[in-house]
Amino acid sequence: MTGRTIVTASSCPALPKHVRLRMDEQRGRWVILAPERVLMPDEIAVEILQRCDGKATVDGIAAALAEEFDAPQEEIREDIIGVLQNLADKGFLTA
Amino acid sequence: MSIAPPLALLAELTHRCPLRCAYCSNPLELDLASRELDTETWKEVFTQAAEMGILQVHFSGGEPTARKDLEALVAHASAADLYVNLITSGVLLSQARVEALAKAGLAHVQLGFQDSDAETGEWMSGFAGGHAKKLEVAGLVRQPRLALTVNVVVHRHNVERVPQMIDMAIELGAHRVEIANVQYYGWGLHNRAALMPTRQQLEEMTKFVESSRERLKGVIVIDYVIPDYYARYPKSCMGGWARRFMNVSPNGKALPCHAAETIPGLRFDNVRDRPLAEIWAHGEAFNAYRAPDWLPEECRSCDRREIDWGGCRCQAFALTGDAANMDPVCRYSPFNEKVRALAEQDAATGEDTLVYRTFQGA
Repeated sequence: MTGRTIVTASSCPALPKHVRLRMDEQRGRWVILAPERVLMPDEIAVEILQRCDGKATVDGIAAALAEEFDAPQEEIREDIIGVLQNLADKGFLTA
Repeated sequence: MSIAPPLALLAELTHRCPLRCAYCSNPLELDLASRELDTETWKEVFTQAAEMGILQVHFSGGEPTARKDLEALVAHASAADLYVNLITSGVLLSQARVEALAKAGLAHVQLGFQDSDAETGEWMSGFAGGHAKKLEVAGLVRQPRLALTVNVVVHRHNVERVPQMIDMAIELGAHRVEIANVQYYGWGLHNRAALMPTRQQLEEMTKFVESSRERLKGVIVIDYVIPDYYARYPKSCMGGWARRFMNVSPNGKALPCHAAETIPGLRFDNVRDRPLAEIWAHGEAFNAYRAPDWLPEECRSCDRREIDWGGCRCQAFALTGDAANMDPVCRYSPFNEKVRALAEQDAATGEDTLVYRTFQGA
């Protein structure tokens, strides 16, 4: 039995093979496809998930987004951890 | 206003199945193998599904692995960018077949168990040796790292083993476990007296599941489906009639849900005759009860109308004789007391004779 995945500033998050982030042309928005689930992530979640390649750290992603959106990095890091921990608890994210 | 496309297609590839589960949700009158859609027609259905905006396909049945062309169908659906789920009893799967399905693009397997205990499980399925085979197949599924959901169907005779069922799913490496109480449709409705749990059993099970969810957060996701005769409010059946899902039966009938044929007077189009998108938008059965334009009269002013959409049409018909009534499991239904009494009477019968699923009908 594996324990709960805890997302921290140094985690390298990634979507597992069975979770797919893709553009839904029909609806004109990004969707997350998972086992018997369709999630409709908001724009911020999409920005975060597009950077979850298993190499970038949460800190690195926070820095990139802080620069891009001209926002405080600390705050963004907390938001990122919130979004990713929620996905990890559903089994939709590895870190 | 244009109608949003469905999110998912339930493809009931066949009604054939080596198991004979007494709670099967398939209709009492099963489609014969000779009338099943052929490979090319199914492929065309998946092409059309992707084009109209459907995102996922659930291969189901019967037992979908009884179709020899399953790999080809998975490959076709996956190439069309559909997310492919397989809902299976597992008993026909070999290692080679699981690998071939994974290679064809399968993303996820929902493996159905009748119990954590072999003897009671095989009594329910009428299939000797099934339980051990399922345990083996769970391991096969995890080898190519396919996502695994373990589904266990719960009723009066196995409800006390819910803790062992959850433990079993964790040991098998499942990402998710569904503790799914029997829903009373098809063969399940026919066998209701032999299956219905008592209210006390339900209360204890719910308490255990809720505490397990907290304890196992991040380890396994527990989905819980209750026997809704005891519920306060109806389930959001199919996410609302003709709002999220489309079901295609083995012989090609396009249905708003797998039990829709039990409602008399509805006319169903066949995918052999009419494009899927047209059936979704204009098919008579789909438009008969499509929310929010249609809602049971008493539900129109209810705060929960966009939560449960008036519940289940098939259940309304089965228990009140009129599919347009609100789902009688709702506490606001005038039939609600009768439904609760039915459940309590059934649970108290001590009935343990099962009528097994068969092509001969009930």
